[in-house]
Amino acid sequence: MLLIYCPYCEIERAETEFHCGGEAHIARPSDPEKATDDDWVEFLYMRSNTKGIAAERWRHIHGCGRFFNAVRDTVSDKFLTFYKAGDPRPDLEALAREAGK
Amino acid sequence: MSQPFRTEKGGRIDRTAELTFTFDGEEMHGYAGDTLASALLANGVHLVGRSFKYHRPRGILTAGSEEPNALVGVYRNGDQTPNIRATQVELYQGLQVISQNRFPSLGFDIGAVNDLLSPLFPAGFYYKTFMWPKAFWDRVYEPIIRSAAGLGKPPKNPDHDTYGNLYAHCDVLIAGSGPSGLAAALAAAETGASVILCDEQAEFGGSLLSENSATIDGKDPAVWVSETVARLEAMDNVTLLRRTTAFGYFAYNFVALAERVTEHLPDPDPRLPRERLWQVRAKEVVIAAGAIERPMVFPENDRPGILLADAGRTYLNRYGVKVGHRVLVATACDTAWQAAFDLADHGVDVVAIADLRESPPESLVAIAAARGIRVETGCVVTGTLGRNRIRAALLGRLMTSGKVASGGQVDCDALLMSGGWTPTVSLFSQSRGKVVWDSEAGAFVPGTSVQKERSTGAANGLYGLQATLADGYAAGEGAARAATGKSATISHSRATGGEAGNGGILGALPHDRNAARVKAFVDFQNDVTAKDVKLAVREGMQSIEHIKRYTTTGMATDQGRLSNMNALQIASGALEKPLTDVGLTTFRQPFTPTTFGLFAGVSRGDFFDPVRKTPSHDWVVDHGGLFEDVGQWKRAWYFPKDGEDMHAAVERECRIVRKSVGLFDASTLGKIEVVGPDAAEFLERMYTNPWKKLAPGRCRYGLLLNDAGYITDDGVIGRLADDRFHVTTTTGGAPSVFATMEDYLQTEWPDLDVWITSTTDQYAVAAIQGPKAREVIAPFIEGIDLSAEALPHMSVREATFCGIPCRLFRISFTGELGFEINVPRRHGKMMWDTLAGEIEKHDGTAYGTEAMHVLRAEKGYIIVGQDTDGTVTPQDAGMSWAIGKKKFDFVGKRGLERPDLKAENRKQLVGLLTRDPKVKLEEGAQVTRLEQPPIGTPAEGHVTSSYFSPALERTIALAVVKNGHALVGQTLYVPMPEGSIPVEVTGTVFYDKEGARLNV
Repeated sequence: MLLIYCPYCEIERAETEFHCGGEAHIARPSDPEKATDDDWVEFLYMRSNTKGIAAERWRHIHGCGRFFNAVRDTVSDKFLTFYKAGDPRPDLEALAREAGK
Repeated sequence: MSQPFRTEKGGRIDRTAELTFTFDGEEMHGYAGDTLASALLANGVHLVGRSFKYHRPRGILTAGSEEPNALVGVYRNGDQTPNIRATQVELYQGLQVISQNRFPSLGFDIGAVNDLLSPLFPAGFYYKTFMWPKAFWDRVYEPIIRSAAGLGKPPKNPDHDTYGNLYAHCDVLIAGSGPSGLAAALAAAETGASVILCDEQAEFGGSLLSENSATIDGKDPAVWVSETVARLEAMDNVTLLRRTTAFGYFAYNFVALAERVTEHLPDPDPRLPRERLWQVRAKEVVIAAGAIERPMVFPENDRPGILLADAGRTYLNRYGVKVGHRVLVATACDTAWQAAFDLADHGVDVVAIADLRESPPESLVAIAAARGIRVETGCVVTGTLGRNRIRAALLGRLMTSGKVASGGQVDCDALLMSGGWTPTVSLFSQSRGKVVWDSEAGAFVPGTSVQKERSTGAANGLYGLQATLADGYAAGEGAARAATGKSATISHSRATGGEAGNGGILGALPHDRNAARVKAFVDFQNDVTAKDVKLAVREGMQSIEHIKRYTTTGMATDQGRLSNMNALQIASGALEKPLTDVGLTTFRQPFTPTTFGLFAGVSRGDFFDPVRKTPSHDWVVDHGGLFEDVGQWKRAWYFPKDGEDMHAAVERECRIVRKSVGLFDASTLGKIEVVGPDAAEFLERMYTNPWKKLAPGRCRYGLLLNDAGYITDDGVIGRLADDRFHVTTTTGGAPSVFATMEDYLQTEWPDLDVWITSTTDQYAVAAIQGPKAREVIAPFIEGIDLSAEALPHMSVREATFCGIPCRLFRISFTGELGFEINVPRRHGKMMWDTLAGEIEKHDGTAYGTEAMHVLRAEKGYIIVGQDTDGTVTPQDAGMSWAIGKKKFDFVGKRGLERPDLKAENRKQLVGLLTRDPKVKLEEGAQVTRLEQPPIGTPAEGHVTSSYFSPALERTIALAVVKNGHALVGQTLYVPMPEGSIPVEVTGTVFYDKEGARLNV
C-alpha cells in the first residue's frame, strides 16, 4: 500500500485515505466556446498514459478533501514529489535525474 | 503410553504433560511441546496423506511451514479445516485430525490406481486430453475434474471464528528469530528503536532450538535464546510476535503479518480471535527468514520415511523423536553428517552415510568412523523399496564415465536426505528486489534492495553460526541507524561450533534404472517429476514461467520454496542454457497459506457492507412492508395488505396517491448545501439551468451533465437565500455529484467563494403526495402560509414541523400536489410516525419505491441511470427546455456542440403504448422497425421503463429509439420469443399532460 504525503495536511498517510484523479495539468479551456472540436476531444479524452515519470491528481478524500498533485514513477510505483493544486508542474526530467532514472 | 520412536531423554517437550490426540480416529499420545508431526513420528506414523495426482502414499518430509505432503484436516468445534500442515499444528489435549485425499482409507486408496496409470497422465495432460468433443466439457470432463481436484474437503458450515485486524508502525520489523534475527532484534532494540520481531513458530530461536553441537558465549544455544528473549521481553520498545508469519511484503515497506492466536489452545477464551492480521508499516525491514534444505531428486524419493536431513535432526534434538530405528543418510553436503552423528549418539542405527561427493571432508569421515558409521562416497540413491513406508534403498556408485553402477541395497526404515540449502528469498522477492546468483553459495541470494530492507544470515546466503550471528547484529544496527539515526554499542555474543559446511547439488541425480518407468519427484505437492520438466521442454516450453504452468511445478502453497532450484537445474539442462539464463519464477504472496477469514476480518455478515436505514425503517417492518436494496440503502418497496401480491399492492398504492394522499420516505435522496457569495454563479456553471434569477423561496429542476454533454444526474434545487441553496441529487448519485462539484470548485474555479457540504445524512425527508397533501401537513406546520397563492408549486420555505425547524418544499415527483418536509435526522422517526398516523384519517397510504416509479413514469419523469445510460443528452431526453441558452458556460455546454451529439439518428426518449393495453413490455427489450426483422438487423432502441398504469388502466412504457421524436404516432415492434409486439410511439407524458393537478 502506497504512502502519500498530503501537501495541505502536511502529513504522510496510507493510500486508503486518498483517491487518484488521473493525469494532472489537464486544464479545462477557459473559454469553451472558442475551443475547436479537436481541442475539446483532447481535453475530454486524450491522456498520455506515461510509462515512467508522470504527474497525477490525488484527492485526500478521507482527510482534508483537497485535490493536489503528485509525481509518480509508474514503473517503480514510487512518488518523487507532492505539490498543491495550482502550483506549476515540476521539471519531470530533473526529478527523473534526481531519482537516478 | 507407548511412543516407540521417542528418545529416552532430551528435547524441548514436557514429558510430564502427556496429551491424547486422534489421527483418523485412532487414539495416540504425545507431549506438550510436540507438533502433530513430531507426535505422529513418535508413534511411528510416517504415512499421513496421499499425493495430489497419483495418490501415492506420502509421509512427513520437513519440520517446518514448507511441508508439502503432511496436509491434514483438523477438527475444531465440530468443523473441519482442511490442508493444515501437520508440522505447524501444535499438539493439545483432544486434538482430532484426519488424513486427506484417500478413499476408502489412508492405507488402501482406490485413487492410487492413478499411479499405475501414470503413463496416461503426463505433464500437460489436461490440455491434451480434455480438448474434444466440446459437448463433453459441461457434462463429463468438468464434473470428473472437479470431483478429483483439490486436497481435503472444504468445511460445511460458515466460519464461526472471529478474526482481528490491527495497524502497527515501527522503526524496525524483523521477520525470523533464528540466530541472525535475534541478534538483529537485540542490536536494533538497544538503540531505542521501536522493534517488532515475528516468527512463524511457537517459540523464538529457529535453528538454535535444535542445535546441540555448538555453544554461544559458552552456553547451550537454547539457553542463549531464552536469555535473549527475556532481555527483549523486558524492553518497552519491543513487540514480540510468536506464531506470526510475515506473509506479504508490499509497497513502501508495508508488511502483512498473520498471527495465529488461539489455534494451539484446547479451550481458548471465546473473546479472542482465531487469527490477527497485522498491517505493519516499518521504516526498515530485516529479513531473517533463514534457509530451507533441498530434497534430492532420485527415483522414489517420495516414499514415507524419507525426510530432509535437517528435519530429522530437528525432530531428534527439539522434539525427542527418532525418525526411524535404522536410518540411511543420503547427502551432497556436510550439514547432513551432523544429523547422522546426533542420531547415532541417541542409539539409532545409522546404516550408512551415502555422500554424492568423492571426497567429503576428512574430519567428518573421521567422526563417522569413530561412531562406527559406514560411509559410502561417490554414492547416490537410485531407488527405494517399501509400500507405505521405506524398507530399503538402492545405492549406486558414480563412475568416472558419468554412468552409475549398482551399489547394492541397504535395509532401512527411514532415509534422511540433503541436497544442500536454499536461502528463503520469498519476502525479498515480494519487495520487488531481484535475486542474483552467488556461485560460492550455489544459490540465488538477494541482490540490490528496492525497498528499505536488508536480508541477513542464511536468507542472505550466509551460513555458519558465528557468521550469521555477526551478520544479524550488523543488520539490526544498520536498520536502526537508517530508521532513527541512532546507534548503540552492545556486546556481541560469540558462537563456537555450528560451522557452515560445504557442498550441495541441484537437479535430478543420475541412476541406473529404466528412466521411462521411475518417478523422481521435484515438486512433491503437485506430483511433478523430473521427467515432466524435461517433457515440457521437449514440447516447446522455453520460458521457466511456461514450464511452471505446464507442469505445475512450484505452484500452490509451495511457491517454489522446495522445488524451484531443482526444477530450474533440470530445465537448464534440457534447454542447454546456463541456470542463470533460465531465470526464476516469481515468489508470490502469501508466503504460506493464509485464511480468507484473516483478510475478511470483521467485514462479514452485517459488517460486509454497511446497511443504511431510513427513519421509517422500523415502521415499514412493523407494517409488513418489503425492502428494496438501493446501493447501501434499504428502501421500502411496497406494502402488501391482506395477501396482496406485488402487482395488487402497487396498484392500490398508486390509486390512493392519485385519489387522496400517500406518504413516502425520500430521506435517501442526496442533499448538498451550497453556500457563499458565489453560490448562484457556481450552480450556474455546474447545472444546465439558469440560477441567478431564481428568487429566494423558489425551486427549480436542475439537470447535471458531464463535460462530454451527457446527463449524469438531476434533482430539485431550492434557493433559501441569495447566498444559500439546498441541492438534491439522486440517491445513487449523491457521492459522485458531491465529488464532481468539489473537483470543479477546487481545480477549475478556485476563484469562486463557495462552500459545499454534503447534508444527506443530516436531514430526514418525508414526501406527502396527493390531493389531500395540504390537509395532512397543515396541523403540524407553523410559521408559513400553505395556501396555493402563498406557496405555489416549486417553492421552498423554512418553517417548523411540530415545533422542529424544517425546510418545506412544495414539489412533486408524482404529478400530484406534493410537499417534501426536511427535518433534522434525529426527528425523522417522530415526523414519519406523526404523518403516518395523520394520513390514515384521510384514507391515505404509505407507498414504496415501486409505486413511486409507476407514478413518475405516468408523468414521464425520467430516472437517471434507468431511462438514461450515460450517452443520453438533454435533447435526446426531450429536455432542451432545461438548458439555459444564454449562459456563457456550464459543464457540458461545449460538449453538446460536438458533431456526434447533434447528428441525425440519435436515440431519443419516447413513450410506447402496446396495441393490446394488457401486454406489458419487458424492460431492456429491443425495439425494431420491422415486425419480423431478419437476423442481424440492429435494433432501433430499447425499452427503459415499463409498468401497468392504474391511472390509465393500461400498460405504459418509456424507450430510447433512433430518431424517436420524429416517429411519434408510428408503429414499431418489440420482438419477443412469443411473437412480435406492435407498439405505438408517443410522447413521454401519459397522465395530466397540462399539469393541472400540480397547481392546486
